[in-house]
Amino acid sequence: MKRESAVGFQSWGRLPLAVDRQILFRNAEELVQSISTQPAGLPYGNGRSYGDVCLAGGGQLWGMRGLDHFIAFDRTAGVLHCEAGVTLQEINQLTLSSGWFLPVTPGTQFATVGGAIANDVHGKNHHRRGNFGNHIQQLQLLRTDGSLHQCSATVESELFNATIGGMGLTGIVIAAVIQLQPVASEWLDVETIAFDTLDDFFVLSANSEADWEYTVSWIDCLAKGRGIFSRANHSPSTPPQNMTIGKPLRIPVTPPVSLINALSLRAFNPLYFYLNKYRQGRGLQHYRPFFYPLDNILEWNRLYGPKGFYQYQSVVPPSAARDATAEMLSAIAQSGMGSPLAVLKTFGKISSPGLLSFPMEGTTLALDFPNAGDKTLRLFERLDAIVRAAGGRIYPAKDARMPRDLFMSGYPRLNEFLAWRDPGIRSAIVARLFPS
Amino acid sequence: MKHFVIIGATSLIAEHCARRWVTQSVRLTLVGRSATQLKRIADDLSIRSPASQVSFQILDFQDRDQIKRLVDQLFLAGTVDAVLIAHGSLPDQKSCEDDLTKVEEALLINGISPLLIAEAFAQQMAIRNSGTIAVIGSVAGDRGRRSNYVYGAAKGMVDRYLQGMRHRFAGTQVRIITIKPGPTRTPMTAAMAQAPKGMAEPEQVAEDIVAGIANGKAIIYTPGKWRLIMLIIRHLPGFIFNRMNI
Repeated sequence: MKRESAVGFQSWGRLPLAVDRQILFRNAEELVQSISTQPAGLPYGNGRSYGDVCLAGGGQLWGMRGLDHFIAFDRTAGVLHCEAGVTLQEINQLTLSSGWFLPVTPGTQFATVGGAIANDVHGKNHHRRGNFGNHIQQLQLLRTDGSLHQCSATVESELFNATIGGMGLTGIVIAAVIQLQPVASEWLDVETIAFDTLDDFFVLSANSEADWEYTVSWIDCLAKGRGIFSRANHSPSTPPQNMTIGKPLRIPVTPPVSLINALSLRAFNPLYFYLNKYRQGRGLQHYRPFFYPLDNILEWNRLYGPKGFYQYQSVVPPSAARDATAEMLSAIAQSGMGSPLAVLKTFGKISSPGLLSFPMEGTTLALDFPNAGDKTLRLFERLDAIVRAAGGRIYPAKDARMPRDLFMSGYPRLNEFLAWRDPGIRSAIVARLFPS
Repeated sequence: MKHFVIIGATSLIAEHCARRWVTQSVRLTLVGRSATQLKRIADDLSIRSPASQVSFQILDFQDRDQIKRLVDQLFLAGTVDAVLIAHGSLPDQKSCEDDLTKVEEALLINGISPLLIAEAFAQQMAIRNSGTIAVIGSVAGDRGRRSNYVYGAAKGMVDRYLQGMRHRFAGTQVRIITIKPGPTRTPMTAAMAQAPKGMAEPEQVAEDIVAGIANGKAIIYTPGKWRLIMLIIRHLPGFIFNRMNI
């Protein structure tokens, strides 16, 4: 049955946001039986969204991690049917031994399938495969009126499209059918290349997209355009000797102040750049450090101290990409804020079925910022102005503060989406961003 | 292929034990009350481990005739290497104090029922002089406390009963294991009025249980720190203990 518990922080950014009560569910029957009599709430997976998209604003969360069962796995066709509380890590562990891998994966494998659908997550292969939602064959959705819907691109397709990237607002995803991609091994053929200017980054991206499944860049947010470009393909070869993959570390305590600050940034970024420049080249890398480097440092979000942190992730269309990205990087460098975690990537043309999906063709920049209060928020306003002028948008899964007008202009299909909202769902982001 | 039986197989700790066991090819019989949930878990385990044989059976945990039939029938079809008896239900202590029915229910499901099942397995394992019986007790059974003595008394009875069985089977090939988890983050404990900080994760508890059963360890505290904590709590003099709010 359902049980309640309260937890201190419930989203990844550890920002001081209203705390919700959580009821844990173990199976679909419990949900179906009780959902129509529940007060408004929000389905909750593993709390890996950064801001408030996974929170109910001091309301009730319906914990979905207990729905973590595989329902069917066709090892010949690579089609996996599983419950929404299964994590991406559990999928990789199950499917890789039979030669299948997530078609699209975000930078953490601790997210759940439900969360990956609700945020229509993307990965380093957006230019080749689009979003997570592009690979969902079917969804089982429970609305808070108690009705169950099996929806897909052909059946109840409008509800399907609204649910993908729908931030959990259309109902509770109970289970999904995912088409996986075949891979030859757990290893990737990875090439890293240091670049000194943004123009080099765009050239490298353009030249790599046809032949490389994955492309991404680390960028030095203090240096206005230098960084490390990396591109990779799944590899049929495995390394000659037993290469070991380190055991996870855990950040055991929250330091009293953010350990990521102007001082540590000035020390770390050049070091990281030159180290990687020195080591650049081609080699085999295991999928875990390649896709999920930070998953190996458990609770790394504590490094930002007791006030937590923001992530700012934007995308701007191709015509404006070069200039807008340069302007944003220059504003960030001037501010001296930011963090070593800065990622630049080009998105391709494949569009997602999702009405509110974040990715669109163009260039995305993602950066973490320790929460330094007003100073940080003022920098974000400068960045907002650049994104707005470029016709871009901000990623709700990372956001805790974007202004309403930027959300409205960034997501032109919002009105179409509103018809599919479930009135029994309560979400912090709706109160903050939706038209009142 | 080893054959494991799990009674109360839909409990979260039991399910995580099952997931550990199927990392090898095993035969697994899941026993529980809800066919829907058992089938879901059995399907999931079969997907995780296509080489294992997973089946499930329904049982009314309080019906001694049904218990006897089920256990005898399990041994008709072959042998059982280990049984994990994992069912239980955490009663609300305060409402027990107002309602004798709730006291009786809690003692039956957490105390009498697991022991009837353990005894039924013991009969069969004694004949074969082989097998392991592991029962999930609790640190709550180590000393009666005002916050949960109804539950604690049932678990304490399990502890004492198994102690006796261990004596009975000393020098044989039958192993009797008492598992004493500390507070664990499961649906059962999520309703506790004040959920203690630093609860153990069910995966971690399951890891200790599976390892303990493999080693034939008599008493498994999990996480291990509870062995020391309970040693101290058991030995605190009453005049100190009775003033503590635990």
